[in-house]
Amino acid sequence: MKRLSLALAAMLVLGLAATSFAGDIAVKGSTTVQPIMQKAVEAFMAQNKGISISISASGSGDGAKALIDGSAPLAMLSREMKASELKQAKEKGVNPKLILIAYDCLTPVVNSSNPVKNITLAQLKDIYTGKITDWKELGGAGPVSVVSRDSSSGTFEYWGEHVLKKERVYARAQMQASNGAVAQVVSKQKSSIGYVGLAYAHAPGLRALTVEGVVGSVENTLNGTYPISRGLYLYTNGEPTGDVAKFVNFILSDAGQKIVASVDYVPVKGLKDAKGAQKAKK
Amino acid sequence: MHRQTKELLIKRAFLAAAITSLAVLALIMVFLFMEGLPTFTFVSAKGFLFGLDWYPTDEARPDYGILPLITASAAVTALSSLLAIPLGVMSAVYLAEIASPRVRALAKPIIEMLASLPSVVIGFFGMVVMAPFLQELLDIPIGLNLFNASLMLAFMSVPTIASVSEDAIYAVPRELKEASLALGATHLETLLRVTLPAALSGIGTAVILGMSRAIGETMVVLMVAGGAAVLPDSLFGPVRPMPASIAAEMAEAPFRSHHYHSLFAIAMVLFLVTLFFNVLADYISHKHRQTGSASL
Repeated sequence: MKRLSLALAAMLVLGLAATSFAGDIAVKGSTTVQPIMQKAVEAFMAQNKGISISISASGSGDGAKALIDGSAPLAMLSREMKASELKQAKEKGVNPKLILIAYDCLTPVVNSSNPVKNITLAQLKDIYTGKITDWKELGGAGPVSVVSRDSSSGTFEYWGEHVLKKERVYARAQMQASNGAVAQVVSKQKSSIGYVGLAYAHAPGLRALTVEGVVGSVENTLNGTYPISRGLYLYTNGEPTGDVAKFVNFILSDAGQKIVASVDYVPVKGLKDAKGAQKAKK
Repeated sequence: MHRQTKELLIKRAFLAAAITSLAVLALIMVFLFMEGLPTFTFVSAKGFLFGLDWYPTDEARPDYGILPLITASAAVTALSSLLAIPLGVMSAVYLAEIASPRVRALAKPIIEMLASLPSVVIGFFGMVVMAPFLQELLDIPIGLNLFNASLMLAFMSVPTIASVSEDAIYAVPRELKEASLALGATHLETLLRVTLPAALSGIGTAVILGMSRAIGETMVVLMVAGGAAVLPDSLFGPVRPMPASIAAEMAEAPFRSHHYHSLFAIAMVLFLVTLFFNVLADYISHKHRQTGSASL
């Protein structure tokens, strides 16, 4: 993770790509959760020869859809299900059960040449709604160019709710298709501000801003002081049973949570060596 | 088997192949319109085509105005044509009229190879190399912008324009040029007053094919145009052309939601525009076809 290579960034730009194996259990949903699932599924299938699991990642909305129409017993979401989705599920006799498997910590980032170090939630909101357009209001200089995730991504949805407070994002914001693309753009444009998952916040050319004076980190996410972190979830229909339950338990086990940390998300349980795993990767 | 039966069978097989590709096209069209037309139950055609705000995911009050997307597509296409047409046509003239046969045999396949570069490679180049370069060179805040996208699209349409125009220029009958030279015209005069006018329909077709490639191109504009759904007000501002919007948003748009239908409606608009371009190209190439040397 020390060097987010350009090639990797290019692949992430193509965040539309969905991966799949042939298998008995289908998992569908968020591209944000996918890296965890990919690794967890590999490790799990190595241990349990008889079970095969297929992943296809195309967005939280698709995950919810698949669980509701019964095409997947397991859905990945980077947000909780919306009221409208829960209603649809109820109508179809599906009883979505939420399982928290990791946290994602959204970090505002600026170009490393930018002198600004801290930002408040109010300032973030003003920047992303187009009220602040010059860095001088934050102690820098020059016009701000706003970089955001596409309005249909789960990441944007979270940002829209918790930072924009449901106000509309500035129409001039440059909407990018993936975490990698945001990191790429901000690292090249001196005037930019963007937001990415913790895993991408320390890419070369970027500086992660502290929010309300709090550093975005594993510890601050776990102790609840960092204001912009969200849960990543699996959803099942009712209590998980059989092989699905076995897999869910695997992800929640120490081994599974270590995988979470190894792909730079924050484990749900304060693992002793979670920090070590993160450092080892960087 | 009887010879005639055999003939008949072979004919039928070819017919079936032709019909299959037509049927596939027809089915895609039907699907496109079936999924796109419901858009007009929740937004008027006028509001859709001329609305200034594209906020399809706003839960409280979504807006489905695609004028910024249409103008963005028009702007990148126009600007890229402005860059690509002179470059493409001039390369064609060089290849057909000036270059020695050896240079031509070497250069033409190379130019055509440019057309086979995957668009994601060109997009990546625009993002990683061209964007920072433009920022440094012109001291602008945003490298992913209208101009950068147009430049990358121009790269993609030059080979089409050059290759098709070159064929057209090369096909101009030799007698025409010889007659012109015999009357005392210089090489340049012959080129500008005789050869190019005679090849004009072919060049026109080439230009329109190049433009329709630019307007439908998705990956480059998704990566390089900047992605802001606003009316372009500067060469160096970010824009969001239609294909980029569809590609970026389709995966997350809930099935058969308003957002989903409106993305299909954008695809309909795009389809109609490229259809128009292709029909126009066809019309020009038929209407002004150079038949023999007499019709100039």
